[in-house]
Amino acid sequence: MTTTENTTAEALTDGSVDLLRFATAGSVDDGKSTLIGRLLFDSKTIFEDQLDSVEQVSQDRGNDYTDLALLTDGLRAEREQGITIDVAYRYFATPKRKFIIADTPGHIQYTRNMVTGASTADVALILVDARKGVIEQSRRHTFLATLLGVPHIVVCVNKMDLVDYSEEIFENIRKDFTEFASRLRVPDLTFIPISALEGDNVVNRSENTPWYDGPALLSHLERLHVASDRNLMDVRFPVQYVIRPQSHDARDYRGYAGTVASGVMKPGDKVVALPTGLETTIEAIDTADGPVDEAYPPMAVTVRLADEIDISRGDMIARPNNTPAALQNIDAQICWMDSDSSLVPGKKYAIKHTTRWARAMVKDINYRVDVNTLHRDEEATEIKLNEIGRIQLRVTQPLFVDPYQQNPQTGSFILVDESTNKTVAAGMIGGLPHAS
Amino acid sequence: MTSHVLSQLRSLEAESIHIIREVVAEMQRPVLLFSGGKDSIVMLHMAAKAFAPARIPFPIMHVDTGLNFQTVLDCRDRWVDRLGIQLVVASVQDAIDRGLVREEPNGSRNRIQTPVLLEAVEKNGFDAAFGGGRRDEEKARAKERVFSFRDDFGQWDPKNQRPEIWSLYNGRVHQGESIRVFPLSNWTELDIWSYIAAEQIDIPDLYLAQEREVVDRDGMLFAVNEFTPLKDGETSEIRSVRYRTVGDANLTAAVESEASTLEAIVEETAAVRITERGATRGDDKVSEAAMEDRKREGYF
Ligand SMILES: Nc1nc2c(ncn2[C@@H]2O[C@H](COP(=O)(O)OP(=O)(O)O)[C@@H](O)[C@H]2O)c(=O)[nH]1
Ligand SMILES: [Mg+2]
Repeated sequence: MTTTENTTAEALTDGSVDLLRFATAGSVDDGKSTLIGRLLFDSKTIFEDQLDSVEQVSQDRGNDYTDLALLTDGLRAEREQGITIDVAYRYFATPKRKFIIADTPGHIQYTRNMVTGASTADVALILVDARKGVIEQSRRHTFLATLLGVPHIVVCVNKMDLVDYSEEIFENIRKDFTEFASRLRVPDLTFIPISALEGDNVVNRSENTPWYDGPALLSHLERLHVASDRNLMDVRFPVQYVIRPQSHDARDYRGYAGTVASGVMKPGDKVVALPTGLETTIEAIDTADGPVDEAYPPMAVTVRLADEIDISRGDMIARPNNTPAALQNIDAQICWMDSDSSLVPGKKYAIKHTTRWARAMVKDINYRVDVNTLHRDEEATEIKLNEIGRIQLRVTQPLFVDPYQQNPQTGSFILVDESTNKTVAAGMIGGLPHAS
Repeated sequence: MTSHVLSQLRSLEAESIHIIREVVAEMQRPVLLFSGGKDSIVMLHMAAKAFAPARIPFPIMHVDTGLNFQTVLDCRDRWVDRLGIQLVVASVQDAIDRGLVREEPNGSRNRIQTPVLLEAVEKNGFDAAFGGGRRDEEKARAKERVFSFRDDFGQWDPKNQRPEIWSLYNGRVHQGESIRVFPLSNWTELDIWSYIAAEQIDIPDLYLAQEREVVDRDGMLFAVNEFTPLKDGETSEIRSVRYRTVGDANLTAAVESEASTLEAIVEETAAVRITERGATRGDDKVSEAAMEDRKREGYF
């Protein structure tokens, strides 16, 4: 058994196996569910009983082949309507990596799902039907992926089996796509000709595309270098919880628990606590397994400081010469996610940014973006479900922010309706990403 | 010199610890639902790590079906002692005696646990309950949020979930409403076993293979004990088996296995071809949509 040798507990803890998150996007019927089913199936992640149940349902419906899409289309309403209605998470692993897939539906009304899936993704897989080429939705998905700052985009030109594996068709799509993507900030763009149904270039390179000399999708995902996508420059440590044991043996212990948002922290580093602005040094960085020499994202640690200063949840630890901006006036892009309300100037919301809650009032809507044409409507007076716009907020207390495109952890926030408690918007601080 | 890449398991652990701390910081009265199974043990282990050197600042609750393997109860009590935490027991037997729920004809207490759980959550005023559910277990779970909102009837509405973006969780609830929190959402069965092996976590010995007296019922191997005695005409045999889940003792079957160490279980899990629920939980086989229905009713 070759795979199990590498899949031992050690390989999974010592860093030789890491985690890659990707989101899929495409219009209805481009083959997202089939592709995911194929990846799970060919990487032997599908269990026999799951496959049995999918085969049974396929037969009941009178399909001539096993519909791999059924592996991911989970909720009853979806199976009945045969569509994917919400973000579903799937997992598979190879000896090199564990993959977390956010399967996001492609209907126009579900922009919010794509935003959700892309918010944590290292890679966006955008499916294009080889017969249809680049369509409005492809542009929208690419725009959303860049808006959310997804560092890698892989365009899967799917259903190549239906166009006789034509190099010309593939090249035309690549050209069209590259052309419009040049207007956006896409750090890394790759094209792969595939057939999700037949399996060409999904896990193994296909003999049907001798003209294609790139890797199969899975090898590409296995090799993609994502470590350098993290911001390791700017130390940002939002304090999540203050640990003060109520026991005799640890009475003097006072530690600031949190997840490193960005940067690398080390004992001895000079740091500043915000909002007080008081400076001190890191005495130690603790974990339940003992102190560590350094902490980097996304480690969850407990920081002890040399001086006793007043710090509580919602405060931020940074370096004295490199701090986030403390802002009460926030300029942001938002995606509206609530079907029962819309954003209009004058409304107030609860806002959550890192570990800090505050209240925010909408001062102004600068424009609404048409996600298909990228046209800006400066006359817009409200932002509704699945719409994206640039707005100005006034917040009741300073937030410690960086531009989203530099630091998604400290550049993002959510708005929550204070009466329904629903999360109504995702916000990204700073303007639209542009090709520089 | 390190590459500043966190391994798969340490990334998952960090995410879970972040979630657990977030709940404690924001919610009034959290509780950890502890079944005694490996997932709830892993969750409890990480809760202890999240607040070290302080104690875990919330109680754990065991919905006691009365159908427990003794070694599972022993293990539970070892954890309670070791961590010095408060244990709340909600008894299904007691709820049957009081007439809150009625025994099901097939002897399964899986479904009738739900009202017992909801009653205990309400009585204790818990506004957040950690559950050990994983998204790889089952299709309805794959779409559930990490912070999963429950209305004042404890019900989950899959069509009306709060969007969950980045790791900015929203636990705001009104009086009577609550959230279920799933810190293990992104873990797979293999991750769980690898972590248990890496951290040498104390689990009930039922999970390790051992020669046991079993009876074969339609391909499911049941250990012969007080909960599943031999029926007339059945014969038992001695086989090396282990449990992949530990649910109700009268319904949980074992699988044939030689894996008597944690490392061997990791290797075996990496190679298995059938889901843990499919292998050993009679109660999930009922229908394709069984789990979704139970979750809507408030099942954890
Ligand atoms: N011929 C062919 N059909 C495909 C391919 N990929 C998907 N399909 C079919 O396209 C339809 C829609 O696929 P599905 O995966 O449900 O699309 P989704 O809506 O993007 O999830 C199904 O009938 C699939 O069998 C492919 O590569 N080749
Ligand atoms: Mg689909």
